[in-house]
Amino acid sequence: MRPSAVVPLSYFLVLSAVLFGLGVAGFLFKRNVITVFMSVELMLNAVNLTFVALSYAFRQLDAQVFVFFVMVVAAAEAVVGLAIIIAVFRNRASLNVDDLDQLKL
Amino acid sequence: MYAVLFFVFAGAAVGFAVNLLVQRHPIYSALSLIGVMASLASLYLMLGAEFVAAVQVIVYAGAIMVLFVFVIMLLNAGEEVRTRRSLVVRQIGAPLIVLLLGLITTTLYRQVPADAVVRFGDFPGQTAGIGRRLFLYYLLPFEVVSILILVAIIGAVTLARNET
Amino acid sequence: MLPSAIFYTLIKIVVVLSLVLLTVAYAVWFERKVVAHMQSRWGPTRVGPHGLLQPLADAIKLLTKEDIMPSGAFRLIYLAAPGLALTTALLAFAVIPFGPSHTAGGVELFQIADLDIGLLFILSVGSMGVYGIVLAGWSSNSKYSLLGGLRSSAQMISYELAMGLALVGVLLMSGSLSLRSIVESQSGTFWGVLPRWNIFPQAVGFFCYLTAAIAETNRLPFDLPEAETELVAGYHTEYSSMKFGMFFMAEYANMLTVSCLATVLFFGGWQGPVPQFLPEVVQMVLPLLWFALKVLGFLFLYVWIRGTLPRFRYDQLMSFGWKVLVPVALANLAITSLVLAIQYS
Repeated sequence: MRPSAVVPLSYFLVLSAVLFGLGVAGFLFKRNVITVFMSVELMLNAVNLTFVALSYAFRQLDAQVFVFFVMVVAAAEAVVGLAIIIAVFRNRASLNVDDLDQLKL
Repeated sequence: MYAVLFFVFAGAAVGFAVNLLVQRHPIYSALSLIGVMASLASLYLMLGAEFVAAVQVIVYAGAIMVLFVFVIMLLNAGEEVRTRRSLVVRQIGAPLIVLLLGLITTTLYRQVPADAVVRFGDFPGQTAGIGRRLFLYYLLPFEVVSILILVAIIGAVTLARNET
Repeated sequence: MLPSAIFYTLIKIVVVLSLVLLTVAYAVWFERKVVAHMQSRWGPTRVGPHGLLQPLADAIKLLTKEDIMPSGAFRLIYLAAPGLALTTALLAFAVIPFGPSHTAGGVELFQIADLDIGLLFILSVGSMGVYGIVLAGWSSNSKYSLLGGLRSSAQMISYELAMGLALVGVLLMSGSLSLRSIVESQSGTFWGVLPRWNIFPQAVGFFCYLTAAIAETNRLPFDLPEAETELVAGYHTEYSSMKFGMFFMAEYANMLTVSCLATVLFFGGWQGPVPQFLPEVVQMVLPLLWFALKVLGFLFLYVWIRGTLPRFRYDQLMSFGWKVLVPVALANLAITSLVLAIQYS
């Protein structure tokens, strides 16, 4: 049997949906604020996979340029988010999201 | 043979993502996320997006995740503690997530023809083409994004500074 | 891919890996001898003639030392970090072209894989190399290791930026990311006498690249995070025996990668005079000799700098990387693109 050299495109889209779902699950279920943030990055990665798969499907490079922008925005967001986490940790000394539920110190 | 490679990398990506959820210490979650990104970079190579794969490893796995690892090290984050409130979230959230998954999948299915396949080597990586699109057609977003990064740098330095 | 092509590629990988590891082992001997002679002493002379068997003795010593693991260390990460450092150091050799394009049995003879994004591959492998160090420093559960690991990785990330910017000038001149195309675009001469190597138009880029690369590989004068007189030994304080050996090999393999890259990108790679009257086989192998000589020259430059210059302080190091190297590399990029745009219009 000749091994197959093709993969249906829908497999890539299903994989992306599964990764997105796992990212949402991490965002809701985990209690450490850094892990919650990493689940957001996982969701962004799943979206990137969708973009690249559709760029292949429609033979256009615009989607890959958009992936580039998504990565840059994710970098900026990670930088600011982690700075906020450090500042909050200095004031509350806790990284558990359940402890970070009040506006006053 | 290439289909086997797809399943290997897809399985690795899902495995690392599940490990991110299962692990209690954030450093193992961070390393699992790096694993997810590396597997995705291999999948991008299979889809012919060489430049995006390289940028994914250099920027995402090699710079952003290093930032995460630094913060985990500096804050000395310990193992996670489960509280009572998370139980309620889990009971309502889990079926809703499955519903969301189904919705996303069906929506995406409708966008592409049902018999679309990925043939490896079919879409040769066009770094020059991406460069042309980026600097000719998308020049304004490019400049705006560089200002965005500048704002992020200033914001991060201000927020994380020691107020002495 | 044909099974025979896979088989020949595996043979190439084994040959390249063994040559690289042998060169790494003898680079240590070379450095000890050269630094010793610069300091008016002999260096290793006892083990074998001129101390040539010293690397073998070092290997035996490292293998037979007691393997200690500090209590409270994160076992999995502590054990994986040296392997990660060595793997990423060795991966870069998969895309370096050692000689001109000859095919045999369906595969390239003198390069393992000619990727279209060869230079980006090396940059990405270098980015992953930071993890070996930062994870080693953190998982050792020791103050000196943590500080050394943090400093070392912050230094590596800062100088990665300057290194990448310095290389864009070369990319603009050759128009391709594939290392073989970059070497082949340096063939021919300027005005009939000067070889068309990238060092001549891109001299500023070359100095930026070399400085950034020396900082990237944590060598003197940028080796504060791992100097013995500073932080005990930085991130590899708590490592003994073969795990320390792997860090050591990773550092010298990184040095070798930088030398090979500098040769390929700025000094014309394997190009050199090949007299036509020599037999075919010698003509095929002579470019490899030119490549090896240029790489050896760069290794000597590394060791020479190590024996001569004093160490930078950490804040001087970081401010030099961000405030001097990045603007100079950007200026080089701007001037290069201006000149090329004028040339093409």
